[in-house]
Amino acid sequence: MNRPKTCFLLFVALIAALAPFQSAINPYYFNILISIGINIILGVGLNLVTGYTGQFSLGHAGFMAVGAYLSGSVTVFLAPRWLPALGGGAAGETALFLLALIAGGLGAGLAGLAVGVPSLRLKGDYLAIVTLGFAEIIRVILQNMEIVGGPRGLSIPIRPTGLFGTYLAAALTVYVVVLLVHSTYGRGFLTVRDDEIAAEAMGINSTKYKVIAFVVAAFFAGIAGGLYAHFIQFITPEGFGYLKSVDIVVIVILGGMGNTPGVILAAILLTILPEGLRVMSGWEFLPDAVRGIVKNRMILYSLLLIILMLTRPQGLFSSGGKWTQKWRAMKRRGRA
Amino acid sequence: MDPKMAGHETEGPRMNPLLEMDRATVEFGGLRAVSELDLTLRQGELVGLIGPNGAGKTTVFNLITGVYQPTSGDIRFEGRSVAGRKPYQITARGVARTFQNIRLFGSLSVFDNVRAAFNIHLHHGISHALWRGPGFDREEREVETMAEELLEIFHLDHLRDAECTALPYGDQRRLEIVRALATRPKLLLLDEPAAGMNPTEKGELMRLIRFTQEKFDLAVLLVEHDMRVVMGICERIAVLDYGVKIAEGAPEAIRNDRKVIEAYLGE
Repeated sequence: MNRPKTCFLLFVALIAALAPFQSAINPYYFNILISIGINIILGVGLNLVTGYTGQFSLGHAGFMAVGAYLSGSVTVFLAPRWLPALGGGAAGETALFLLALIAGGLGAGLAGLAVGVPSLRLKGDYLAIVTLGFAEIIRVILQNMEIVGGPRGLSIPIRPTGLFGTYLAAALTVYVVVLLVHSTYGRGFLTVRDDEIAAEAMGINSTKYKVIAFVVAAFFAGIAGGLYAHFIQFITPEGFGYLKSVDIVVIVILGGMGNTPGVILAAILLTILPEGLRVMSGWEFLPDAVRGIVKNRMILYSLLLIILMLTRPQGLFSSGGKWTQKWRAMKRRGRA
Repeated sequence: MDPKMAGHETEGPRMNPLLEMDRATVEFGGLRAVSELDLTLRQGELVGLIGPNGAGKTTVFNLITGVYQPTSGDIRFEGRSVAGRKPYQITARGVARTFQNIRLFGSLSVFDNVRAAFNIHLHHGISHALWRGPGFDREEREVETMAEELLEIFHLDHLRDAECTALPYGDQRRLEIVRALATRPKLLLLDEPAAGMNPTEKGELMRLIRFTQEKFDLAVLLVEHDMRVVMGICERIAVLDYGVKIAEGAPEAIRNDRKVIEAYLGE
């Protein structure tokens, strides 16, 4: 019964086989593919906190910032000294990148622990406000840290983030979250979400589960931040503002709370959607009126989000939406 | 040294106080919800706790299970104080409860509700869940078998994969008891299990409680409004009014106690 492990290894083998061809991909599509991978990591990670454990966090971008800056700093400040020691060349660069990512992940995980332990006794909106505040604190601290460029940002000289690294991290996130939740141990997360009082009465330490969920999600957000920093090569504190946190929350909500396949799909969809609209606005054969609408893609994007939320309030893979029910009723009437 | 061990040698297990409430008091602001309550339960006893609405019965449960902390006085389980312990720690010592308004894990199936309650008996932690070696599989299979056995005993096995919220009321109550038993308690606290049941269901419930108590060798503390149920199965009854224990004794004595009649019917 080791199906998840087999799936995971198969997927890793698949991306390993495809990775050599990444240079053949159009840079624009490559960009989108990497963004999708990073958003999957962020969404699936936050889903463990919000979806499976029921703790509403609005500060996920803060952990991403910690990871991005920490791993970026490792590369910027340690590369000149350590790269020769690691043997230089591509192998040395990869080793340093790995080190930077792990440092970013661990740093973000520690930040998750530091924020989680005191704040997870709060519930609902209060927790959301505290986590939001935390992310803002991180942003302001970074803005005032001259050593990492302050508001001017930090530029990272190398760009080692590739398809393999990104999707390996994404697969690892999915693997860890799915395995955690589908075990007697991990069922604790769900019980905390469903009824904290009953969970405690059944001997489940709800605080421990919340903190674990928080730390695991923060760790992967840190990895995502590291991948992002080493891809975009230039990070500013502004890039990790609260809108970024909201983007991640939207992925989780649209994907469906506690529905990992849904969240993966939402991450893909929400990354492609604005880009797809951008591409559409360049299509010459469309009538001018349509192109005019599509050109205001941010408005259209928001509109599409609203429509999606109205039709699928329980997430993309749900079946309980109002319109789904209407559609079913219509079909039933048609058959009768 | 350990009072429990000492008791074993001299008086036998039946004589050990399993739960001792020693002048336990809880105050909310100026309100004394439970006042200097003394209550003792021995192993294998079935005790009823009754009283008019708002007498503090559920508060007593919340005191025993650590949801509230006693303002003064002490609560001991197997000779060791549980004051200051968190609910999950007290459950781990062997106290399990059901709730007045059913609190099942709504998004989980019947089977998963029971499996979730085996959580405290796991030998393996997070690393095992991630690595999934042979030890993990063995333990998961053990939990599955035990959960299935419990469901079978309580005739819920045919509903194994149903959503727990879709069950009829009586079955939900039964499932709550099954879930509580999965934590392997020595003391089971039942909070108004007969609420909302019709006479036939109440009769079944009485049989079920007795059966559970004998089969799992439990002490049971039962909060209940329905006199027929309480009088029918309890060996001893304690009566609470405004947080104060006004009477305690055998069902017959309680039925004829003047103070109890006054509390229920007025003077």
